Amino acid sequence: MKKIGIISILILALAPALALAQDEGLQKADINLTNTASLQRGAKYFVNYCMGCHSAQYVRYNRLGDDLGLNEAQLENYLMPGGSKISDTMVSAMPAADSEKWFGRTPPDLSLEARSRGPDWIYSYLKSFYVDDHSATGANNTVLPNAAMPNVLWEMQGLQKLVPGEQGAEGEKQPAHFEPLTQGKLTPAQYDQVALDLTNFLTYTAEPIQLERRDLGLKVIGFLIVFFLFAYLLKREIWKRLH
Amino acid sequence: MANETEPRDLIDVLGGWLAGLRDWIDERFPMTEFWEKHVSQYYAPKNFNAWYFFGSIALLMLVNQIVTGIFLAMNYKPDANQAFASVEYIMRDVNWGWLIRYMHSVGSSMFFVVVYLHMFRGVMYGSYKKPRELLWIFGALIYVGLMAEAFMGYLLPWGQMSYWGAQVIISLFGAIPWVGEGLAQWIRGDFNISDITLNRFFALHVAAVPLVLIGLVLFHLVALHEVGSNNPDGVEIKKKKDANGIPLDGIPFHPYYTMKDIVGVIVFAAIFSAIIFFAPGMHGLFLEPANFEPANALKTPDDIHPLWYFGPYYAILRSIPDKLTGVAAMGAAIFLLFLLPWIDKHPVKSLRYRGVLYRYLVIVFGLTFAVLGFIGMQAASPTWAQIGQRCAELYFLFFVVSWVYSRPRTTGFMTITFVVLMGLVSIFDWIGWDPAEGSFKLTTWLIPGLYCAVFLLLPAFFSKLNEPETVPERVTSK
Repeated sequence: MKKIGIISILILALAPALALAQDEGLQKADINLTNTASLQRGAKYFVNYCMGCHSAQYVRYNRLGDDLGLNEAQLENYLMPGGSKISDTMVSAMPAADSEKWFGRTPPDLSLEARSRGPDWIYSYLKSFYVDDHSATGANNTVLPNAAMPNVLWEMQGLQKLVPGEQGAEGEKQPAHFEPLTQGKLTPAQYDQVALDLTNFLTYTAEPIQLERRDLGLKVIGFLIVFFLFAYLLKREIWKRLH
Repeated sequence: MANETEPRDLIDVLGGWLAGLRDWIDERFPMTEFWEKHVSQYYAPKNFNAWYFFGSIALLMLVNQIVTGIFLAMNYKPDANQAFASVEYIMRDVNWGWLIRYMHSVGSSMFFVVVYLHMFRGVMYGSYKKPRELLWIFGALIYVGLMAEAFMGYLLPWGQMSYWGAQVIISLFGAIPWVGEGLAQWIRGDFNISDITLNRFFALHVAAVPLVLIGLVLFHLVALHEVGSNNPDGVEIKKKKDANGIPLDGIPFHPYYTMKDIVGVIVFAAIFSAIIFFAPGMHGLFLEPANFEPANALKTPDDIHPLWYFGPYYAILRSIPDKLTGVAAMGAAIFLLFLLPWIDKHPVKSLRYRGVLYRYLVIVFGLTFAVLGFIGMQAASPTWAQIGQRCAELYFLFFVVSWVYSRPRTTGFMTITFVVLMGLVSIFDWIGWDPAEGSFKLTTWLIPGLYCAVFLLLPAFFSKLNEPETVPERVTSK
């Protein structure tokens, strides 16, 4: 009977692992939510480069301040658009009707992007824009082909072109890769950090409580372990009466 | 109580008051009688193993879902334009809202984990057999009720998977001849899933189905306390009683099992908490990534599948190309559970004493169910559909073999059953024959082939493999 128990527990433990054994060839984003400086930079990049079109309508400035260690003055100076209140959420000023006309669709809200697509997707997406003359915006993206979004970070990254994959001499297929066309303001390593900061920030906005729930979890499980010891000893004591 | 001296201290005074209060209530309401009948003098077999934790944990999960659900309902808005945002409001702005929401969402998945283990326990130890047939049926009804509850609850966050999952599942009713389309429309209250559907699902999820579930759980417990608990040996403890009419192998539920269950509950709570605090989405298994995108009627997701706990039935549904046959197979897969007490009529209850083959039959059934669940979560592909079809066949074959094993069978009977079953499997293959995947189909034919050979042909010639052992008179715990 023990065997059946062990087998079923194994099945239960393995099922999620098996279900997740899928990889879409995205670049791994090295997320670190304890890096507050990175989150702050990410927030700044988000406001400067993304919020022209995208909202994060569930993210409130005052909560952002609390979680990222920014005071009211810093929030107002660096993050909040003029005229917005501290209790407002990060809503883009672009009217939906206009964006619909300009891009063919309203840019999606990004509050939960890291939960629906995943941090790796965002990170890879930000690094995968390339020049494409057939596109209306002049840019295309390998992660999201025919994306309606223009390459807004090109000044930092520099433009790059896509070199299609070829059959290598050894018979191995060479994957498609990017080659730089122009020099950006930042070095590739610096640009990677920008993409990572943005990804880090969006990972935070997708679930702000992440910063705290693990700490609380350790306390809860610690309590349960102590409770278990006492309960188990009491159970043993009571069951002794049976003999 | 007999001495008439003055009470000496506070404890005595309080004790006296409490005893007075108890007597006052007992004259008006059978409180003590109820407590004794169902708890302190309810005799349970003394040899319960870990599998017997899941009943009380399931009850705990029901309470968890109801309590967290009430708090969620205080802030949730059942409105197509506000539902998604109100869930995020709970997650971000409501004090402790995130914890309550995770306790509810992780709780629903863990409820199913516990219920599946509880049901598997019943299969292992023959807990559905006489006199527990009604107990089993109430349990199966609870299971169906839970599926309805979970299905409707999943629409409420109004994410992409909520919307499209509901769209797919409700459209299944449309496969029923004549009345199907009308029925599907009646359930939705609209031509598509819409605000109207969301509102009625909310009403059903928070009021109607929970009421039914609580009633069924009550019936389940009343039936249990009428016939008494089964145990890993499948021995009826009521058959051997002492002079006072107390089962020799029974111990009072309280304090022995209340105390033991508390230990089990703590272990479960630790696992539950580990998921809530460290992986509340369980890597996309308990909260699907696509559901963090608001429902969009104009954008169909690439891959639509229900949450993991419907996986096995969804795999059975998808394994059959014809929609109506698929729906019928799925319905039959659930309905067969109700019939189990009349399918398996072997006099020995527990698989401990039913012979080697039956033990493996049950293990393979558990594995089949798990593999089907896994396949139900995969993106649809011909390969998975084919393997799913074979696993669906194994799922149904379990019930046939259980029926065959109910009593001693001759070599001829076993052999003929083998031939008939494999004939049916082959006819089914022939109907769905597609030359493009012919060789794969022929290879996987070996899956039911091997299954039937092991479980029907082998015992036909080596009947020892299927011989029950002697069931002990008394339970076998120390």
